[in-house]
This record gives sequence, C-alpha cells and structure tokens, in this order.
Amino acid sequence: MPTTTIAGHAVEVNDEGFLTRPEQWSDDLGAELARLIGIELTDEHWKLVHFLRDDFARQGETATLRRVSTQSGTPVKSIFHLFPGKPAKKMAYVAGLPKPKGCV
Amino acid sequence: MTTQTAPGTTQAPSTAPLVPSFDTPTSEGRKLAIICSKGTLDMAYPGLILANAALGEGVETHLFFTFWGFDMINKKTSGELKFTMLGNTATHLPQGLGGIPGMTHLATSQLKKSIAELDIPEVPEFLDQIVGSGGHLWACRMSADMQHLTEADLRDDVEGIISASDFIELTEGAQLLFI
Repeated sequence: MPTTTIAGHAVEVNDEGFLTRPEQWSDDLGAELARLIGIELTDEHWKLVHFLRDDFARQGETATLRRVSTQSGTPVKSIFHLFPGKPAKKMAYVAGLPKPKGCV
Repeated sequence: MTTQTAPGTTQAPSTAPLVPSFDTPTSEGRKLAIICSKGTLDMAYPGLILANAALGEGVETHLFFTFWGFDMINKKTSGELKFTMLGNTATHLPQGLGGIPGMTHLATSQLKKSIAELDIPEVPEFLDQIVGSGGHLWACRMSADMQHLTEADLRDDVEGIISASDFIELTEGAQLLFI
C-alpha cells in the first residue's frame, strides 16, 4: 500500500488515493482531503461527512448516495450541489472511507 | 549540469499527495441515452439502475420512454408495474403455474419485497431520485399518440413528448442503451 502525506499526516492509501485505514482519519484531515478535490467544507458538508463516518462505524461499509440521502434527510439534489460530479465517491474520499460498493 | 546537494542537508522528498482524479477531462462531455421500451416491473429496473449509476459518475443522462416503457412515466401506472412468470423461463418454475389466477399478483409482491429489502426505491421514487440527480426524462410522441395520452397524464418532470428524430438529435454523441 502506498503512503502519502496529507496535511503533515502520513496516511495509507490505495492506488487511487482513497484512505485504506479509516482510523487514520480526523476532521483536520477531512478538511484537507476536501480541499485537495476543490471543496471548501461548510456545515452542510460536515453533516454528511459525519453521517458517513458514523454509518460506516455501525454498518462496516460505506453508505451509497441513496442511503446518505434517505438516512440523513438530505435531498439528492443538494448532495449533488455540495459534492458535484461524483458525489458518492467524493463524500467517501473526504470521509476517509472506501468507495461505496452498493449499486443504488 | 547537475545540482549538488550541500552536505548536511537532505533533499525534500516529493510531497505532492496522491489524490483521486475525480474530474478527469476524458469523462467530461460523456453522455448516455437509455431507451426504456418495457412496461414490466423487472424490466423497468435495469434502465433506472444504470441511469442512476451514470448520474452518480457525473455522466449526462437522458431516458426516452417508448411503447410499453410509457407505463413507467404514466402517473396512473408508474407505481403499478407488474412482474409475471409467464414467458419468463428464468423463474425456473413450470410455466403452467404462471397462468393460475393471482399468480402475477403474488410474483409482483415477491419481487417488490426483494427490491425493497435492498433499499432500492419503487419506480416513481426511483425516477424522483434520477431527476434529483440531474437526469432528463423524455416521452415518445408516437407512443403518446397511440395511447391517446398528453403531458397531463405523465409525470410533471417529463421534459417533453418528442419524436424519435428529436431524441436522436438530442443525444448526439451519446452512448446508447436499448432496454
């Protein structure tokens, strides 16, 4: 596994750059990961990122876009606005989690 | 000429972090057109799932509903699509069973239950999600004329009843799926 240095933290990542050890994540690191993909985190972003972290801790897998939307009560449209382009993958990246596996 | 590192100093290692390339230029401008021509519950889902996946990957996605696929966007039928065992050998049950009264109802309930267990929405809600994700819904002019339907009969988020040529024009350069 490659190691990369983000905001002064050495973290383990996969070939694409996703963190492979969720426990190496912190809020500081999350903010930096977001900045690296061009997102400035607002309270709305943080609500989703923290939902993903909590849900991963409970379920052992990354929530899909639909799960984030229904469980956090955030319309899909708003999620696309907050994390444009590829919202599910971008949210997972910022939250230091693997890409979601589910189809829907 | 080579640059010498002064004794006692170390050259800084490359510190550029490894970042996923989410917005690569190659994926920009990618377009997908899905033609939904079936009105059964089991055949409604492939188009919806693929449209949803494409939108989640930032792909501009258009769905064109034609023929029996019209039932997916007709307000009266969208939530009432059915699944039948008849003519579907993939159920691996005797075909005669499919003709028993009530069997289509039973098969439909079973399929809906399996889909709900995976937290996959029913057809109308799935279309809501697709539109919320930026997907475009189009209805086929000939199917509307054949079934004597107007825009008032269709979901409000259907962007228009258009001809086949309009759709072809609209989806220039798109990858296409016929379901």
